[in-house]
Amino acid sequence: MMKLGSAIRLGFCALALAALAFALPAIAADKVDPVADAKAFKKFFYDKFPKLKPEDFVNGPYSMDEGLHKQWVEKEQFPPYEFAVEAGKEMFTKPFKNGKTYEDCFPNKGIGIRQNYPYFDEKEGKVITLELALNRCREANGEAPYSYVKDEMASLTAYMAYTSRGKPMDIKIPDDPRALAAYEQGKEYFYSRRGQLNFSCATCHVQSPGERVRTEVLAPALGIVNAMPIYRSEWSGMGTTSRRFVTCNSQVRGVPFNPQDDEYRNVEYYLSYVANGLPISGPGARP
Amino acid sequence: MKIRLVLLAALLTAGSAFAASEADYKAAYAAAEAANKEAGALRNQWTTTASTLAAAKKAADAGDFDKATAAAKEAEALAKASIFQATSEKTLWKDLEIR
Repeated sequence: MMKLGSAIRLGFCALALAALAFALPAIAADKVDPVADAKAFKKFFYDKFPKLKPEDFVNGPYSMDEGLHKQWVEKEQFPPYEFAVEAGKEMFTKPFKNGKTYEDCFPNKGIGIRQNYPYFDEKEGKVITLELALNRCREANGEAPYSYVKDEMASLTAYMAYTSRGKPMDIKIPDDPRALAAYEQGKEYFYSRRGQLNFSCATCHVQSPGERVRTEVLAPALGIVNAMPIYRSEWSGMGTTSRRFVTCNSQVRGVPFNPQDDEYRNVEYYLSYVANGLPISGPGARP
Repeated sequence: MKIRLVLLAALLTAGSAFAASEADYKAAYAAAEAANKEAGALRNQWTTTASTLAAAKKAADAGDFDKATAAAKEAEALAKASIFQATSEKTLWKDLEIR
């Protein structure tokens, strides 16, 4: 009788161990691993477009189509974002009513730091984008915030990107479960289908870069934020990263969120992190 | 027997020909709004739900409750589809992930 009991207990132990052995890889597979994600993300695009150099991806559709590339080279002679850069430079150094400037709100007086945004603020427990930091700077100095989608905000970020051109994107994910959660939520947002058209960001920018949607050539997701803000001929003006997210949602018939809602901040964090090492090319120009 | 069948067919077709009332519209609109609110809580509303709700209200304001009720029912269907999408994407998004 004792022998039978021991055998049953042994059997249960063996079953439990076997179940644990099966469960471990599943847990490991679900573990948030941004380093592995970024490696796989880059490999996917490098394999898909073997003729492109890594730094070519930051030029979006212009690196996907020869005709468009020629147009881009010509456009860069007299770039349409030039006015925004000039206006941004003037605004950046002009004192607020209290005598301070944007320079006082940023490391290195705001010059050459674009590649470090967005970052995770451990005090606040949230992602801080460059656009958000700029408006917070304004409010801290008694100024009204700007619209997040265009005009002044696009000019300010255009100037800051311009001073950071060529610097490799350098986004950090601190050892903080909230930072990992924000990153993971950004990833989930990027791959989740939404809107009546049932499109995710990835539907266009992972599955179909280089393909056309009507007359537009779709940009690859890799390096897509490195070119922000952008002048878009379709908009007849400049637009920020926020504007791009809002427009994408509307285009798939989804009700967009408010600019700088957590979803957009987190997806920018995710997209920027997986583009680490690729150069800042903003401000950009797009058809 | 034939007469009974004809009467039954007449009754059935007459049933669908009844005009929608204001009360029908209000009930359909309330159901659509509730579903769209649920989609909002899931952070996944569709623009077409909002525009169809607006079309329903416009038709009701013009006194066309048939059109208004039909639009409200369509809006409810759209809202329910957006809820289904939000719920299913909670796990389905992983299928698209680059690994």
